[in-house]
Parts: sequence; structure tokens; C-alpha cells
Amino acid sequence: MGAGVAITGMGIISAIGDNVSENYKSLISGKIGIGKITQIDTVHKDEIMVGEIKDVNPSLEKRLKFHENQNSRTVLIGCIAAQEAVEQAGISDINDVRTGFISGTTVGGMDKSEQYFYDYFDRPDVRQHITGLHAGDSTKKIANHIGLKESFVTTISTACSSAANAIMLGARMIKSGQLDRVIVGGTDSLSKFTINGFKTLMILSDTYNTPFDDERKGLNLGEAAAYLVLESDAIVDKENKNVLGYLKGYGNANDAYHQTASSDHGDGAVLAMQKALEVAEMDPSEIDYVNAHGTATPNNDLSEGRALIRLFDGKVPEFSSTKAFTGHTLAAAGGVEAVYSILALQNDVIFPNLNYKTQMKEFDLSPVTEVKKKPLTTVLSNSFGFGGNCSTLIFSKAK
Amino acid sequence: MTRPVYINGIGSVSAQKTFDNASFLEDITHHSDTVLNVISPDYKTHIPPAAARRMAKGIKMSMVSTKIALQEADLEENKIDAIIVGTGLGCIGDSEKFVMDIIDNNEQYLTPTRFIQSSHNTVAGQIALGMGCKGYNFTYVHSAISFESAILDAKMQLENKEADYILVGGVDELVNHHIDTHRLIGHIKQEPVETMAVLKSGTKGAIFSEGAHFFVLSSEKSPSCHVELVAVKTFNNLSKNQVSGKAQTFLEENNLTSDSIDLVILGYNGDIEFDDYYDELANGLFSNTAQVYYKHLCGEFDTASGFAFWLGNKIIRHQDIPEVLRLNSVEISEPKTILIYNQYRGENHSFTLLRKC
Repeated sequence: MGAGVAITGMGIISAIGDNVSENYKSLISGKIGIGKITQIDTVHKDEIMVGEIKDVNPSLEKRLKFHENQNSRTVLIGCIAAQEAVEQAGISDINDVRTGFISGTTVGGMDKSEQYFYDYFDRPDVRQHITGLHAGDSTKKIANHIGLKESFVTTISTACSSAANAIMLGARMIKSGQLDRVIVGGTDSLSKFTINGFKTLMILSDTYNTPFDDERKGLNLGEAAAYLVLESDAIVDKENKNVLGYLKGYGNANDAYHQTASSDHGDGAVLAMQKALEVAEMDPSEIDYVNAHGTATPNNDLSEGRALIRLFDGKVPEFSSTKAFTGHTLAAAGGVEAVYSILALQNDVIFPNLNYKTQMKEFDLSPVTEVKKKPLTTVLSNSFGFGGNCSTLIFSKAK
Repeated sequence: MTRPVYINGIGSVSAQKTFDNASFLEDITHHSDTVLNVISPDYKTHIPPAAARRMAKGIKMSMVSTKIALQEADLEENKIDAIIVGTGLGCIGDSEKFVMDIIDNNEQYLTPTRFIQSSHNTVAGQIALGMGCKGYNFTYVHSAISFESAILDAKMQLENKEADYILVGGVDELVNHHIDTHRLIGHIKQEPVETMAVLKSGTKGAIFSEGAHFFVLSSEKSPSCHVELVAVKTFNNLSKNQVSGKAQTFLEENNLTSDSIDLVILGYNGDIEFDDYYDELANGLFSNTAQVYYKHLCGEFDTASGFAFWLGNKIIRHQDIPEVLRLNSVEISEPKTILIYNQYRGENHSFTLLRKC
């Protein structure tokens, strides 16, 4: 395989920033986005911490010049991130080549569906949200916002690996010559639906999440949207595009162990990482940094840690989870962490795994806990989800 | 040279009695309603009753549809190395109940089962779990092209040698709140329509339904295989006057012309606002080609085009076009090359090309 698939743009909005540069500043200055929930009125507000995007919907609508209350928050944040990615890639006419849009989401417009569930019958003014329950509806609206016409547009929902899978599909479509350019990633806003769902699974922490710590108490939910622009070598050459990095490898596997839990030994995770290395034609020893899924649930971190030990044969490279900054942004996580992986490569820096104190009993693995400057060539990023979905992406530095 | 893609096994659970592959729409169930449920197969013969009780309907339908497809492909389930599912709404019955529980009980006394089953990828995950399949596992959720996205991905997997035996399908279940809200905005017809009168309803909206259509795809042709998947392409939006041009380009990309198409399967659903998209092809490019429709039989749902895909396979296999499907009387001696065109409310258009092999 050649250099991989070129990444020419990226965009993000998360609890630690409204764009790529704000996110980077937060990552290197240790500014976390976790706090008490302010925008959703939930009975659990005193028992949970979340990674909320600071702008309320009316502010987001104003930024986007959208009419009030026509769109789910998932759409609003998705539009902001996708727009930044397209702008960064210097695209003036999005339909000038075969361009696609692939977005991952788990909740779609659930924030509005749950808000107006019983109101639709008496309130014609909120019925625009009825079709928003379709996960694909959010993707459609973001595609329209960036002006895509007569194009390949689809949505992937594989729980917390959705955006990683969207990135993977986009790369495969570029490589097989079906598209010249594709915008890929994911978006998920916070909702009572996910807060209560994760609450029933008893994997929400009541304090700041602590990935890979022996005392970890579970995850903090977060919300975010993040997209990359992938372009074919032909377009990059022809337009002399600035390449931010390359997607070298990708792997998808299923743990086939339990509907919501990972297997003790991380079979699915090992398979996904192995496949990604095969596609990248790389040895495990060539990975400089692992941006772990690291949700800080007892189950994930144990399973992922064991998978890393197996894959790297005990010699696990430096790794960290950035979820202590952002919370677990569900479908968007793979997109958020793809942006962070590229930022790591661009700046030769490993972002810290915050809140870590005590090594886990089960193995001898400690994440990087301080901002660390180090020349990086290759970064591996993991995303795992319900339904046994395991995905791995491998990024490399722009030449 | 990319590898060919064969359809080795097909399975359907729909509002018609399609779960028996030995027959082909010989016994049509006539409905007169605005919503249709599937004709349930005997779930007990396919799924242990204790397990079935806990399963969402979407999972049950998918399990049965999968078993039928595997049986026909004469393939052991452990040979499946990728599972790709398309679904508009997943197991939406559980999502609805979970939302109601949250609101009605003010976020108290909730149990995880409904939340877990409401994850869109629960069908693909459950099938993988049941088969112990650790391979590629994807779920597409994009309205009327959810199924086509899955098919397109499967085709790429096979062509690029990323997998060898793929289970691919589409599933959607129909539930109350969804019906009530979509009736409110006119997406579901207000008045019942008799099955054979759907095209002449003269009213807005469609007859909503549900179903599960699963297929075994491989580059290895099974002895019972009759059909090859040639191409599939989707568009997020098209105006009416673009449909013919896009169809023509799609055929050209596959070295075909409209003359090489023996039969077109059109997704007419009786909605006077949007059926004219199909008229573009029926009255233009393919006016002299045999035409069939099917949503009067299976209803409209996000993955209804899975029924069209199943239908194309059956027509080629049986070399027979049941009268009940006919839109015109153009005769064909041997249906070999079939074009499927689908869209929903003017969005999410798809062209799919099947060929006898």
C-alpha cells in the first residue's frame, strides 16, 4: 500500500473547544470539559458529571444562522464541525468532484424526540422534529448544510465505534475509486435517553472519570461532533493540497461475547488492531502512540489493556485516553480522537491521560499522564462499542 | 479484475407470506389498511421460545430471515465472515418504550434491556453473538438507503477480498408512537386502501409496514445461485427531471443501455406527492420495458427496497413474473437483467442492478 488516504481537513466541537485550535489548546494546557450538567433537566444532575459543549442551542443556531428550534442539537454541532473541516480543506465547490458524506450517530435527534414525545399531538409547532428520530435525518441535514448534491450520503450507527467506522468506510471508498473526496466522522449530543440508558447499566461515574486507574468508577458522558476530509491522491496532486496526515490502516471486528460488555481478554479489540496493522502493512513495533478508547469503565479498560498487552506482546507503546478531557462522546468519539491523533502527529506531542493515580492490579500498564513532546510518526486509535463492535484506525504523519 | 458478487441465499419476512422460499407469491394476502404488520413465521421452529420472549420483533424477524437465507445458500453459519445490516430505525419499539419509561416514571425504575435493544446495531450484534462471528460488523441507518448502503459495503468487501461470505440485510419494525406521529404529519395515509388499489388511491402518504430481508453474498457461486449483483448506487437528493439522466449514466457505467434491461422494479407506494419520480422512468426511458411494483404488497418502510431485492432474485430464479406485480403488459420471455429504482419522499434515491448468472 502507498501512503494511505490523505486527510486534508478537520473540524471539531467538544466540551473542550469550539474548533480544532481550541481543542488543541485545552489538550496541552490540561483544561478539562467535565462538569455538572446544565443544559438538560435530569433528576440525575447531582449524581453525574458530563462533558457538555458550552454553547446552548440558541447560540449554536445563531452561529449557523439557522431558524430557532428547527434542528436537533446533534445536527447543530454536526454542522459546525463539518463546516470547519470543509473550510480547512480549502474546498470552494463541494460538488466539483465526486464527494460523499458519511456520519456516525447513535442518538440522532433523540434530544428533541424525548422532549416532545407526547407534545406532538397538541403542538403543530414542534412537529418538525418527528422525522428527526431517524438517525439518518441528522446526516441529511448536515449534508445539505455543506451543500452536497446528488451525492453518496449515509449514516453508520455502531454505538461508540460509529465515527471510527464512518472514517473507515470513507477510506475504503476512496481506495476503491468510488469517491474522490469524502467527509467522515460523527456527531452525538447529550440526551436524557443516553444518560438514563448508561445509568441503568451502572457505568456512569459520579465524579471525574479516571481512565486506566485501579479505582476508576465509570465513564462521564460527553457530546461532540468531529469530521475529517479525506481526498484521493489524484485530487491532492492536482490541487496541490496541504495534507494534514494519512489514514494508513483500519480494522473492524466483533467481539461476539456480550451485547454490552467486552470480553475479558479483548478478542475483538485484538482482531481489530491486527487487521488495521495488516492494512497499514506495519508491525506493532512501528506504533509510537496509542490513543486508547479508555472510557474508564471497569470492563473497558481491563479488556482494552489486556488486548494491548496481547497485541504488542507485552511491549505496549506510550498510550493515553483523552476521555478525561471530553467525556465519552459515544458515536462521535472515533472522530474526536481521530482529530486528536492527527494533532498529536502534527505537533509531536502525546496528550495526557488525566486523573490517573493508581496502576490497575491486573497488569503492569501506566498511561502517559503529562503532556509529552516526542517525535511521532504513527498513532493508533481504538473505538469500541455495544454489540461487540471494535474498530481501530492507524494514522501517520504527513510527509 | 474485481471479483463477482453472487447472491447465494435469500430470506424474507414481510407483510406477505414470503418466508417459504419454495413458493413465490402464489397466495397473496390482501390488506385494507393504512399500516401493515408482517405475516409472522413460526418463530418457535427457528428460535428457542425462552430466547424469543426476550427478543425485540426486529431481532426475531431478522433471525428467521437469516436462517432462511443460510439454508438456501446451503452454508454453515460459521462460514459467515462479515455481517452488515441496514435499518432505518433499529428496534424502535424498545426505543419508544424506553423514552416513555423515562418520561412516565420521571427517570426512575428503569431497566437496561430496553436501552440495550434500542441501540441501532443491536440486530447485527445479536446475529454475530448467535453465530460467534468475530468478523466485520456494520450497521447503516440512513432512511430509504439503509439497505443499499449495506449492499454497497458488502459488494466492496467481496470485490476487495476483505470477506468471503457475507450476511447482509435490512430490517425495520412498525410500532405505535411512530405510526401515530407519522400519521400526524401526513406521511401515513389517513384512509385505508385496498392492496390492489394503492396506485389509484389519489391521496398523500403511504401505507407503512415492516419487514426483514437477509441475503448471503459471496464471490463463490453456490450450486443453487441464479443471480449476480452487478451494481448499486445511491444519491442523497435528485430532482424529478434528473432521474432518467442518472439512471442512464448508471447503466452506462456498467456498460449497459436501457435496451439491455428486461425488467424494472419501481418503488411506487401510492403517495400522489412523490410517485411521479417513478413515472419519470415508467413513462420515459423504460416505457417499452416490462415494469413491476411491489409496495402494494409489502408496504412502505425504510428498508422496503429489501423486498424489491428479494423480488428481483425470485423473478430471475423462477423465471416468472406474478401478475399481481405488473404495471404494464410488456412481455418478456426470459427476465435476465433487472433494474431496481427506489426513493422515499423525493430523497435517498437508489439504483440496483441484478443479472441472471
